[in-house]
Amino acid sequence: MSFFDLKGTLSPFSALKQFGRKPHTIQYPKEDKEAADRYRGFHYNEMEDCIGCGNCSTICQNAAIDMVKVEGQEASKGDSGLRPRVDNGRCCWCGLCVDVCPTGSLSLTKDYLYVSDDADSFLFTPGLDNPGGKDNVSFFSTKESSLNDFARIPMPELEGKERIKSFAEVVLGYNEAEARAEASRCISCGLCSEVCPEHMHIPEYINAIAGGNDQDALRIIYDNNPLPEMCGKVCTRRCEDVCAIQTRGEAIAIRWLKRYATETADNAELIREIVNPEIKEANGYKVGIVGAGPSGLTAAYYLALRGFDVSIYESNKQAGGMTMYGIPKYRFPEDSLQKQIDYITSIGVKIHFNTSVGKDISFEEVYKQNDAVFMGVGFLKPWTLGIEGEELKGSEQAVTFLHAANSGLQVDVGDKVAVIGGGNVAIDAARVSARMNAEVTILYRRRVEDMPADWEEIEGAEDEGINIVPQAIPIKFHSDETGRIKSVEYLKAKMVPDEGGGRPKPVPIEGSNTIVEVTAVLGAIGQQGDYSFLKGEFEEKIKTERGRFVVNEFQQTSDPKVFAGGDAVNRTADAISAIADGYRAVKGIEEMLMKKA
Amino acid sequence: MREKATTLYIGPQHPGITGNMMIRLKVEGDTIVKAITEVGYLHRSFEKLAERRNWLQAFTLMCRFCVPEPDPVEETYSRAVELLEGRSVPDRAKFLRVLVLELARISSQLLWYGGQGASLGLYTIGQWSVGDRNYILDLFEELTGARVYHMYIWPGGVRRDMPEGFEKRVLKTMDYLEGRLDEYEALMFDNAIFKKRTQGIAIIDKEKAIEWGVVGPPLRGCGIKSDIRIDDPYEVYEHLDFEIPVYEGGDIWARALVRRDEIRQSIRIVRQVIKEMPGGSYYNKVPNPQKWTIQKGDAYARTEAVRGEIGFYVVSDGSNHPRRAHMRGAAYVHGITLLEDILKGANVADVSSIMNSLGTCPPEIER
Ligand SMILES: Cc1cc2nc3c(=O)[nH]c(=O)nc-3n(C[C@H](O)[C@H](O)[C@H](O)COP(=O)(O)OP(=O)(O)OC[C@H]3O[C@@H](n4cnc5c(N)ncnc54)[C@H](O)[C@@H]3O)c2cc1C
Ligand code: SF4
Ligand code: SF4
Repeated sequence: MSFFDLKGTLSPFSALKQFGRKPHTIQYPKEDKEAADRYRGFHYNEMEDCIGCGNCSTICQNAAIDMVKVEGQEASKGDSGLRPRVDNGRCCWCGLCVDVCPTGSLSLTKDYLYVSDDADSFLFTPGLDNPGGKDNVSFFSTKESSLNDFARIPMPELEGKERIKSFAEVVLGYNEAEARAEASRCISCGLCSEVCPEHMHIPEYINAIAGGNDQDALRIIYDNNPLPEMCGKVCTRRCEDVCAIQTRGEAIAIRWLKRYATETADNAELIREIVNPEIKEANGYKVGIVGAGPSGLTAAYYLALRGFDVSIYESNKQAGGMTMYGIPKYRFPEDSLQKQIDYITSIGVKIHFNTSVGKDISFEEVYKQNDAVFMGVGFLKPWTLGIEGEELKGSEQAVTFLHAANSGLQVDVGDKVAVIGGGNVAIDAARVSARMNAEVTILYRRRVEDMPADWEEIEGAEDEGINIVPQAIPIKFHSDETGRIKSVEYLKAKMVPDEGGGRPKPVPIEGSNTIVEVTAVLGAIGQQGDYSFLKGEFEEKIKTERGRFVVNEFQQTSDPKVFAGGDAVNRTADAISAIADGYRAVKGIEEMLMKKA
Repeated sequence: MREKATTLYIGPQHPGITGNMMIRLKVEGDTIVKAITEVGYLHRSFEKLAERRNWLQAFTLMCRFCVPEPDPVEETYSRAVELLEGRSVPDRAKFLRVLVLELARISSQLLWYGGQGASLGLYTIGQWSVGDRNYILDLFEELTGARVYHMYIWPGGVRRDMPEGFEKRVLKTMDYLEGRLDEYEALMFDNAIFKKRTQGIAIIDKEKAIEWGVVGPPLRGCGIKSDIRIDDPYEVYEHLDFEIPVYEGGDIWARALVRRDEIRQSIRIVRQVIKEMPGGSYYNKVPNPQKWTIQKGDAYARTEAVRGEIGFYVVSDGSNHPRRAHMRGAAYVHGITLLEDILKGANVADVSSIMNSLGTCPPEIER
């Protein structure tokens, strides 16, 4: 370096240029800089879209979110009623809570300035405390950026054409990798359990499956459901309707995951070995159960575990009730049912088959022989249409037809079947007929979207070539010369809005008479209870209302010693509700008898 | 005559210290005879905290290892996790990552201009460079939603795609900056004071640098061409055209020249990345974070951060959280071993300048 560095002395003066330039900072009057469109500032929550799943609270690694009760938000199906409250003293604005929010209701805004000497005011319920945040939302969730996995692992199934060749099970089940992947989508919020009639421990068993602990999953499942493989195959799965992931994607396949877990134990001994239930010592009480349907079997299993001496009386020669004689085998194979029944009897439940209460043994006798009685007698008697020609040969009720088909009897429906109705029974009867090589038409009063049947069942029927004719009201069955049914005459209907706010009503259109040729017609418009086995004083004592037994929260009827459950009690009329009834009755019976002691 | 040694304490709260640490100096007159570094005033056991968080949650901790350059840490962690799991990353995400990494390099070097200048009493340069750095922070805010801690690069890719018209604004900012660099250089490198206070000061011995594991600009300022972007390329660096500035001398001056030139190289990279940015997805979604497990094993990924090579060693025991997430950073060597050595014989007035030139980062030492 030279002694005097001229350039090095003068160069710095180049900075003087800066005087002529616009300053970086905006001066007076003071203008706030607007935050970027993606800015991560304070939270905003769209209260109506939020379901209170709590996934934001779970992910927050600063423990900045807790879920709190908020005025004006009530818990309902699929909504815990809780809402996130953010501690802005802890939050680091990472936005992970936004990226894991399944509904997309939680977002961050452009607001970031807040000053207060009240430390509590930094606890802040987004959406409630800043309704104006709505207009300032900046960092939000899209399905693309979300950390939720919205797509369900597809369930392998037989092809439509392949299916109708036999009664082979249509659904093939997840393999291990598929089950793990599907289970991994669950965010463990528990909204599903709330809605499950039996409050099964869904997040817990799904978590076990995701973690590769299938046996744990099975044990958790058996905690309150002794017929889980049945549910894993045919449950109406209302839990899935409220799954948090379903708000923007496809619900976790809760039913298929349960099915997967149960299928890992393929015989009754193995179930017993894995579940390894604690069976209490005999307590000296006897319980009689009428009907070996899901409700009766459930009550029997948990009563037997608790040391009761349990006998079931069943008129059929096999157990399962409608799940044996109603649900077709391609949905619920007999060996699967049998395996579960074998397990239940293996722990000490006695079943007296071919024993009709009211015929082979009187109800009074059952009542006297036992300390408590549970009735799970179902809704076995079909309604009839009440139209001309219904008594013709070839006109039958769907449940009678299914009973015969499921019993392995030869049934001849010919090659053109019409099924009347829009529920699951109608679809089952139609799909069974298709497997008997018939061309099948379903006649339903309302629109397809109004059909009470499961959408997957409707799709399955369509895949199998079944023709659904909506807005069709049968008025007459015509016969051929031999007195056999030849055709169904129906009127087309138009949908008229219901003034009372209910669903639209089908109103027949005059002169729209249409005829379908048939070789058989199957009526599937519903069933009712048959309580003729209750004679004498019991007929009086055990109250019914609109065709169903009246019970309290423990399934106890108006005769304190008699409990009831299943289709003969609940309106939801499905297997899981029957199981829930049976389970509740166990608590009631235990309470009643053990307390007395 | 030998003067009596006195003890001086610099830090932990001292504007000349890069972050919060303390140095106990034994001085004789203005000359340092012994320097003892003391860390422990900051930070928060990030590595340990990561073990209590799932693989995704842990990513939000990573930016906090080093305030001036959070992005390379995010990137290295993410890449180590991807390596461990065998997860691929879409090309667009790789380009976006490099864009962020190079913008971060520029932003960090601009901050260095400020620190290095101010440590020698040259305050104007810092006001300029830190002011201009804000334009980069504006870009970050637009792309990531945050100015300093971006939490943008995560396992599987990046969190969001570029907003509408972002490329144009990046290029505009680059053009502006490039014009400003000449002015910075006139102010700093053509400044007699700066030359006098940096040339021949705090020389790092080449052999020692290699032996002790010195990295980044301090190593390249010893004439050694070493840069992970070239030596062990990651993301898309091998497809990009850029140079590695190297200077001989090992003094503060040489390190400053390296940094000066690196800004220009980063601008060059940013322009290429914008030009060649492929389409497609920016993110290969990881599974639901609660249940995202990674098979047993370990992996190591390394990156050329602004201070030099950093590495992440991650270990999985098969669960949904790291068993270990260990970071190897430049700051430990630069800020403790090397600093203590290099301060011996230095002038007290140069402590801050030396620290700035080494890029010591106490939060990263105390991870
Ligand atoms: C065709 C069809 C398909 C269905 N599909 C599904 C489905 O997919 N998913 C679903 O969840 N649910 C389905 N259900 C409904 C489900 O099968 C019932 O809700 C469930 O079986 C009701 O159980 P329960 O305990 O009330 O007894 P039920 O299954 O109705 O059985 C009652 C049992 O009691 C016996 N019994 C009655 N009276 C006497 C007596 N006096 N003495 C001795 N024994 C007697 C009967 O023989 C029968 O075994 C379907 C029903 C039908 C008809
Ligand atoms: S932004 Fe991050 S730190 Fe803040 S509440 Fe959400 S998850 Fe927690
Ligand atoms: S299955 Fe759905 S509703 Fe149930 S815990 Fe998992 S995510 Fe929540």
